[in-house]
Amino acid sequence: MSTSNALSSSPLESEAITIFREVAAEFERPVLLFSGGKDSVVMLHLARRAFAPARIPFPIMHVDTGHNFAELMEFRDRTVEEFGVELIVASVQQSIDEGRIKDVSGARSSRNQLQTVTLLDAIAAHGFDAVFGGGRRDEERARAKERIYSHRDEFGQWDPKNQRPELWSLYNSRHRRGEHLRIFPLSNWTELDIWEFIRAREVPLPSLYFAHKRQVFSRDSMLMAVNEHVEMLDGEESFEATVRFRTIGDTTCTAAVESAAFTIDDIVAETSVARITERGATRADDRVSEAGMEDRKRKGYF
Amino acid sequence: MRRREPLRFATVGSVDDGKSTLIGRLLHDSKSIFEDQLEHVEAVSKKRGNDYVDLALLTDGLRAEREQGITIDVAYRYFSTPHRSFIIADCPGHIQYTRNMVTGASTVDLATVLIDARHGVVEQTRRHSLLVSLLGVPHLVIAVNKMDLVGYDQDRFEEIREQFTDFAQKLELRDVTFIPISAFVGDNVVDRSANMDWYEGSTYLNHLESVYVASDDNLIDVRFPVQYVVRPHTTEHQDYRGYAGVPAAGALKPGDEVVVLPSGLSTTIAGIDTYDSLAAGVDTIAEARPGEAVTIRLADNLDVSRGDMICRPHNRPEVTQDLEAMICWMDSDASLTPRTIYTMKHTTRTVRAMVTELRYRLDINTMHRDESATSLSLNEIGRVVLRSTEPVFVDDYRRNRQTGSFILIDESSNQTVAGGMIRLTNT
Repeated sequence: MSTSNALSSSPLESEAITIFREVAAEFERPVLLFSGGKDSVVMLHLARRAFAPARIPFPIMHVDTGHNFAELMEFRDRTVEEFGVELIVASVQQSIDEGRIKDVSGARSSRNQLQTVTLLDAIAAHGFDAVFGGGRRDEERARAKERIYSHRDEFGQWDPKNQRPELWSLYNSRHRRGEHLRIFPLSNWTELDIWEFIRAREVPLPSLYFAHKRQVFSRDSMLMAVNEHVEMLDGEESFEATVRFRTIGDTTCTAAVESAAFTIDDIVAETSVARITERGATRADDRVSEAGMEDRKRKGYF
Repeated sequence: MRRREPLRFATVGSVDDGKSTLIGRLLHDSKSIFEDQLEHVEAVSKKRGNDYVDLALLTDGLRAEREQGITIDVAYRYFSTPHRSFIIADCPGHIQYTRNMVTGASTVDLATVLIDARHGVVEQTRRHSLLVSLLGVPHLVIAVNKMDLVGYDQDRFEEIREQFTDFAQKLELRDVTFIPISAFVGDNVVDRSANMDWYEGSTYLNHLESVYVASDDNLIDVRFPVQYVVRPHTTEHQDYRGYAGVPAAGALKPGDEVVVLPSGLSTTIAGIDTYDSLAAGVDTIAEARPGEAVTIRLADNLDVSRGDMICRPHNRPEVTQDLEAMICWMDSDASLTPRTIYTMKHTTRTVRAMVTELRYRLDINTMHRDESATSLSLNEIGRVVLRSTEPVFVDDYRRNRQTGSFILIDESSNQTVAGGMIRLTNT
């Protein structure tokens, strides 16, 4: 199947657009998770493509660990304004202040896992029944198993051994009150597909994705950015390097990679010859165990 | 942006058939495994005391699968060569996970069924091929694996080909290709085998790269299920009213005379929009083809809503409340019992339906039709008659996989309990 002309949507775009429309038609209260990271930015652009010339008919939500890159926050606010969407911020700090969760401490601590409680609380408080996530099946082996419509029970849990069959493009949106579905329109996209979309559709991104000079230090053979939220250990020394981020989570769990990719074309070229997966290269949280992601997802993580 | 559709293909089988080895070999020899993934697989294999690298760990991503050494649910893998990009739906082969195999195979253009050259066509081969046939997968590859263990014997290969061809006469398989391989050694997977110079066909990867799928699209019967009505309610687009969706078949062009079902009212297509055409200020795109997400404007102000179907006046789907279908039962908690009412999703239309009659249960190993059956349990397939509360607009599944398919949902458990393939003729 080839597309008829330059104004048409590509097969992967069409698949994602179809999913956005299907959810908007069948759910009462969808929300799109938006971190300002590239996958969520691509999602927002696809959502706009799905409903044009009308506005995106649901709000977006940022689960904010408080440990953000400043560039990312500026980008988030600028984007929200440009798209005219409603932004909901679910704050991990607030969950800590309210005693819902205990903050972590220590040089190696990260609030990454704490986000699950904040996320589930926000879903319940707002009554969201469909939550769009930017997860892709090529990212990680547990994600590779997940359906496009992924059911979560009232505790937000995923049951990987008992997933609903998902045939053709007929999606089952039914759920009980208090349950919700996670929806993954980018399921079949690869990292390279994301970058090719960004290039073809001229999608603006946070500057962190492009090569820049930055103070970093080396930990577990990854380059961590020197920042106020990460305590350096004895023997760790900072130095300046030309780096970029392949993924962006919060500052405590996302590492940079050395790169001279200053433009989108450079990045597409770099990505097509990459020998290490993006999460393998940059995510401290995925290195914990053989089934780290599966365990987190079961509990309701993104 | 990559304009070409990735080839979606399924691999069906169990670890014993060498399925994981085949995928591992395909990814490894086409240089699609990332270093950290390979390191991970090597480390885990070593930790378990294996004396070889277990490539199954690449796709068996769930804890339970790794513990038991089996594939339980579909895993999706992605790779590209300079010629094409691919989505692999790696499906379980065990009979108790048939519903997961059906999930994986329902969307693919091609399926690969593995045969162990030592054992030839076995019960499992018949079951997998039957499901591939029922699901209307357009292309089938029979990978005769472990040729190294039968001395790369051409006669053995030909014997298996005959066995399969004999049995497959009863199935509806359009395009079957036989390839002798050894996934373990690497013969004819990516690189041509030096051990089987009698084989003159393509290697497995070569076949995947060149199989022609564009002709599988049905470009004749125009079918546009309305998915979503776009009403901007903004000053700039005050009177805009568009019908968003994806053509399930056929190409739609501005000026085409169309009919909207169920009303049967006719009008013409005023224009077809995409985000890009609107942004560029273009009146309409030239045409919408199957699979392309678009928004259609109609010349007349008709009452059209989600679940309606736009088609051509002289080529309409069947409008009916009475259906015949092959269904695969997928619920582990309850069996299909006639006269229970389910939610039925068909294209973008949701109705309620009940099975009024179970004509027979199909033994998926022997293809025997058991007409005395009174119910279907998990993973069983049968021929049923259904009655829906409202008309649906259907085609035979063999003519159109989208307008010919539906799912049934249990209204109390909310589980997807069946997948159905509509039969309009008496076969």
